[in-house]
Amino acid sequence: MAILIDVSTRVLVQGITGREGGFHTQQMQAYGTQVVAGVVPGRGGGETLGVPIFDTVAEAVARTGADTAFTIVPPAFAADAVMEAAAAGLPLGICVTEGIPVLDMVRATAFIAGTPMRLIGPNCPGVMTPGQAKIGFIPNHVGRPGRVGVVARSGTLTYEVIQGLSESGYGETTAVGIGGDPVLGSTFVDILPLFADDPATEAVVLVGEIGGSDEERAAEWIRSSGFDRPVIAFISGRTAPPGKRMGHAGAIISGSTGSAQGKIDALTAAGAAVADTIEEVVRLVGERLAP
Amino acid sequence: MKLLEYQAKRQFDRVGIEVPSGRLARTPEQAAAAARELGRVAIKAQVPIGGRGKAGGIAVVDTPEEAHREAVRILAMEIRGYPVRSVWCETGLEIAHELYLGITLDRDRRRLALILSAAGGMEIEEVAATSPERIAKLWPDPFAGPRPFEVRELAFAALAHAPALTEARGRLASALVPLAQTLYRLAVELDAVTCEINPLALTADGRLVAADGKLEVDENAEYRHPELATELALDLEGEDGRTGEDPYEAEAKRRGLTYVHLPGGSIGCIGNGAGLVMNTLDLIQQVGGRPNNFLDIGGGANAEKVRTSLAMILTDPDVRGVFINIFGGITRGDEVARGIVQARDELGITVPLVVRMTGTNEVEGRRILAEAGIVPGTSAPEAARKIVELVGGAG
Repeated sequence: MAILIDVSTRVLVQGITGREGGFHTQQMQAYGTQVVAGVVPGRGGGETLGVPIFDTVAEAVARTGADTAFTIVPPAFAADAVMEAAAAGLPLGICVTEGIPVLDMVRATAFIAGTPMRLIGPNCPGVMTPGQAKIGFIPNHVGRPGRVGVVARSGTLTYEVIQGLSESGYGETTAVGIGGDPVLGSTFVDILPLFADDPATEAVVLVGEIGGSDEERAAEWIRSSGFDRPVIAFISGRTAPPGKRMGHAGAIISGSTGSAQGKIDALTAAGAAVADTIEEVVRLVGERLAP
Repeated sequence: MKLLEYQAKRQFDRVGIEVPSGRLARTPEQAAAAARELGRVAIKAQVPIGGRGKAGGIAVVDTPEEAHREAVRILAMEIRGYPVRSVWCETGLEIAHELYLGITLDRDRRRLALILSAAGGMEIEEVAATSPERIAKLWPDPFAGPRPFEVRELAFAALAHAPALTEARGRLASALVPLAQTLYRLAVELDAVTCEINPLALTADGRLVAADGKLEVDENAEYRHPELATELALDLEGEDGRTGEDPYEAEAKRRGLTYVHLPGGSIGCIGNGAGLVMNTLDLIQQVGGRPNNFLDIGGGANAEKVRTSLAMILTDPDVRGVFINIFGGITRGDEVARGIVQARDELGITVPLVVRMTGTNEVEGRRILAEAGIVPGTSAPEAARKIVELVGGAG
């Protein structure tokens, strides 16, 4: 079992002819992901990487039965691309673009709230269901089908955790990178219930970072929902100085909110095991999984 | 990008929000001329940081001579590291009551929040912490903006805690509707993540005037507002080009790098991805080292970016070793490796380099490094220990 994407997922790529769009489409194809369409306004009728190109998402969906949008277009156009995919009725969108103006995302998330779409990202590494499909940047070789769900704000730490879980033999059901922007399509509390509904997920690793209160809200959800599987958490930015934006637009300790310690305390109080290093994440997962 | 008070007020004035009459002065002569024209004025240092009043950066003067003297004093000041380049000279108000009206990004709700309080003049976070009931909030529909009835509800909720304003509440609520709508439109137009009037002065004769202003533009949207950045640069840099920012951070910005300086540290840090770099700093500190910086080369960096990054980090002579931590996703190991080797050879780098490389194109990347005599590792904690050892522990 898995969440969000599996072997049957049919992906359309917005921005398939860009340098990064092309490279990662190839990587996704090599992984076995079904890429059924590309959307590039003005280049409909063409073909690239063995994939037909359409002018609009609506046309691509009608002609190919695509059910998931992978959005990898420049920041100035990304929010509009996400809305186009949502308006076409796609149930899942994954947007990896970094640097989208935050008010564009305020409007886009409000728009998609009235559509069937669940959005992952932006500024995220994407989603991988090992052995079945991946959409986004997660390196092909790191995943291994298994027992642990992963949900993370940081891209590279997502890879670290997946690699650690894979090398130790536990493997992953699905790994979801939710992104590092202040306004996200999905936060921890949107993804955790999906793992709760997936019987194959025996434990969840949650990778948070400084800034905002998504980790605190995740802790509250774990407590109030009675989530019955172990949660192992890791928070990066513990030594970051307040008031400094640490790369991610969302990663900043401002005033009394967003500190690593507050998040660690909230998660610990909710019964999660909080690790000091990625290595310790893997060890704690091992201790908590049924033999 | 935080605008200065006078820039915010000019924006307010442009869209029809009343502000006190004022003049910008970059010299004492201009300040004296402003006082001659406006009469009694407050001379206010224009710096992008709070606490200027306490630091002595505001003076109320009655004559042009006094204005000249105070401007000389204030223009020579440096407030919390920021040299004062200009002063805003503005007329005083007869204030009957101070309110707060602000707009800020609410991450949890994924909307802008419109905030009103009858307890103006204080830090709104402080009011929120001590008496949250005195703050009223509204999260307008991002497409429609605040509707009149919503603003009226907001106003009555906020004014309920100010007995002095009970009688005037109907008139105030009506006046706040167009004001809040205008402020919201301005925030959207400028891509503001903070747009605040504090205090919003209710004058003795019943007008609502923006007595102070704070405007912060979303960094991701700066490309849509180049004129604001240009104006701000003029105000901050002056003739000597000093901005008051950390000089290394200012230089990194000019080079287009995502860099945070941690003065006094001895280990330069480069990684791809904010979370990974934050974790790199955490790892170095866990084994007793002191990181000198945060530098995220981001996703998809090429060899040139890696070279620029290394050159930037080494401009601080405190750096005695560099830890490069790469877990390639969109970033390709071979590109990074080429950049490292190029940088080392061209810049003649002699301090120890420890590279941890894994992920996309890692085999090719490791081969390039190994051929150039740089031995890459695969475990981040191990690499952190190694660089701390090479640099000689805490320093």
